[in-house]
Amino acid sequence: MAISNIQLGLLDLSRTTLALAFVGLLAVAVPALAGPQTMVIGYLGEQRKLPLSLGPLDEAVTDDGLQGARLGIADDAGTGRFLGQQFRLQEKVLKPGEAPAEAVNAFAAAGISFIVADLDAAQLLQASAASGAQRMTLFNSRDPDDGLRQENCRRNILHTIPSRAMLADALAQYLVWKGWQHWFLLTGPHPDDLAMAAAFRRAATRFGAQITIDKPWTFRPANGRADTGHVTLQTEIPAATQVGDYDVLVVADEADEFGAYLEGRTALPRTVAGTQGLVATGWSAVDQEWGATQLQDRFHKQAGRWMLPSDYAAWLAVRSIGEAATRLHSLDPTAIAKYLRGDDFLLAGFKGQGLSFRPWDGQMRQPILIAGPRLLVSSSPQPGFLHQRTPLDTLGIDLEESTCRF
Amino acid sequence: MQILITLVLMLILVPPAAAETIYVSNEQDNTVAVVDGATMTLQAAIDVGRRPRGMALSVDKKTLFVAEGDDNRIDVVDLAKRQVVGQLPSGADPEFFVVHPDGKRLFVANENDNQVSVVDIAGAKIIGTVDVGVEPEGMAVSADGRAVACTSETTSMVHLIDAATLELIDNLLVDTRPRAVAFSVDGKQLWVSSEIRGTVTVFDTATRAQTGKIEFEVPGIRREGVQAVGIEMSRDGATAYVALGPANRIAEVDTKTFTVRRLYLVGQRPWHVALSDDQKQLISANGNSGDISFIDLENQEVVKSLPVGRGPWGVVIGP
Repeated sequence: MAISNIQLGLLDLSRTTLALAFVGLLAVAVPALAGPQTMVIGYLGEQRKLPLSLGPLDEAVTDDGLQGARLGIADDAGTGRFLGQQFRLQEKVLKPGEAPAEAVNAFAAAGISFIVADLDAAQLLQASAASGAQRMTLFNSRDPDDGLRQENCRRNILHTIPSRAMLADALAQYLVWKGWQHWFLLTGPHPDDLAMAAAFRRAATRFGAQITIDKPWTFRPANGRADTGHVTLQTEIPAATQVGDYDVLVVADEADEFGAYLEGRTALPRTVAGTQGLVATGWSAVDQEWGATQLQDRFHKQAGRWMLPSDYAAWLAVRSIGEAATRLHSLDPTAIAKYLRGDDFLLAGFKGQGLSFRPWDGQMRQPILIAGPRLLVSSSPQPGFLHQRTPLDTLGIDLEESTCRF
Repeated sequence: MQILITLVLMLILVPPAAAETIYVSNEQDNTVAVVDGATMTLQAAIDVGRRPRGMALSVDKKTLFVAEGDDNRIDVVDLAKRQVVGQLPSGADPEFFVVHPDGKRLFVANENDNQVSVVDIAGAKIIGTVDVGVEPEGMAVSADGRAVACTSETTSMVHLIDAATLELIDNLLVDTRPRAVAFSVDGKQLWVSSEIRGTVTVFDTATRAQTGKIEFEVPGIRREGVQAVGIEMSRDGATAYVALGPANRIAEVDTKTFTVRRLYLVGQRPWHVALSDDQKQLISANGNSGDISFIDLENQEVVKSLPVGRGPWGVVIGP
């Protein structure tokens, strides 16, 4: 559609004119956008600064999330073509600092009821508060912030990306299952690192592990790619990890600044787990179990790179809408929004069991992969961690501890 | 003395179990295990291509076809020689396939290509393709050879294909992630298993109306742990056997009432099941425990489990 081009062309105009022109144009375009048998799903992303590439094998990716949503549309169309249902993605990527409300309202004016919100927490909350979002469902496919599932939960947000609590619980279960109960927690300086560390501490308490050493990472990020950079690291890391005994080093470094330097350099010969080393994640390119091979293959064919956790979360969002439309034989957004949150909804997500949304905070229940750099190591929940509803609810914030009030 | 003679006579008169051979595809070690049905012992492992899963016998039962998912081909195994003697094209990533009753064609599900390929066995070439849903998997052919059925996992459908014209007759929506499909013995019903819902849906082949739905409850196992995969129909048409995957059970289903008569506890994660020719023994290929289970159907008990390799998946019984 030409709509996105028109949007770009209008950006230079004054704000008022822009808003008015916008609504007018989109209103005219509605019939073409959403015919009786076509579901248009919005994708709202934001331009991000590329992270510092740590190693030569790291690929710079600028379209993570978006590619997952596109593959979801292709998969929805697979069933849709037999049922007379068409699916289309309307894409909008915000510039750095651009507020999301206008884009959300434009989507609403275009008759869009579901948005893959590939946004950070603050942007997501703004998007959900936009007037156009009040009758929408936004899928958080990006931010693992536990607050979004707790005090900052919103009635119109479902979360397909796992929360930090889920990731930490998944890793904790595996480490406890291994008998590695004494952890050395090493935390980076950024707010996200502190949040991840808090989730690890909570998980340790829940599953009977002990954080025997709890230290912040105080060294400046070293660049291992500098010529002879390894020489610096070889002396720095043993010094930073010169602590008492422990079973496993759990690292909280979401910015990927130092965690990858730990493996093979710690003072004691210990495994590294957490945000680097043995990672807990919603998705990993190393997984080929539960039929994942086919999903990985067709993603790679489409995107020319491996599927990342944010791609998978966006794919889950689009597939959830498709699955609901299939089961309901309908593209009615009200019916779909209700069905998604109901007991009957079950999505096949290549993780060995059906996935569904928790009614108390809108989080998608899902197994969490425990992945090594080349191979899948395990998948949580681990055997023996029981729950009165489903073992999947041993991961993350449970009904009884939820402070979410929609 | 007389009793003893009678006993000896009885032993002589009772025919020994038919000499049958069980073939099991091991998807993780790239072999087909050869098991003697009478002694329940492992006889050989035939080296085949990479990731063998679906298997089927030729109409004369002298050849075993094995789908090699990672090699994009079908291996032809001479059962007398117990070795691969040829290869057939299959299209990309073959998972399951059926031999058409005409003995001349294979219908192959291409899991990565969203299509079914039709292979001419004698000419070793693909003579047709049919576009189906995303991730085709289960395949079945009606006894009269007129209809071929294929499930597509991500599309949650079973597709009915006219075997002569290769046109889609119908596409039926089923429960999430359908795996296996089977025609009833009289061809009047189509049975489709759903892995994620853990159900089997039954359709009338002629009207395509849903006529039954079977749900499986396994004591002590939650809904998500009960997943329906392989289906085998008894020759008398009275019973269907359904492998329940991570529930580690095989369900015996009454085909008239659609009720579960009993559950057999087998090895871990049974994928597929096969009946012996005399219909008295059922074999399950158990993916996670690396073995097969022998179920004595007369006495209704699992009598033996036998390690056969890494990742047993398909099972076929031949002479």
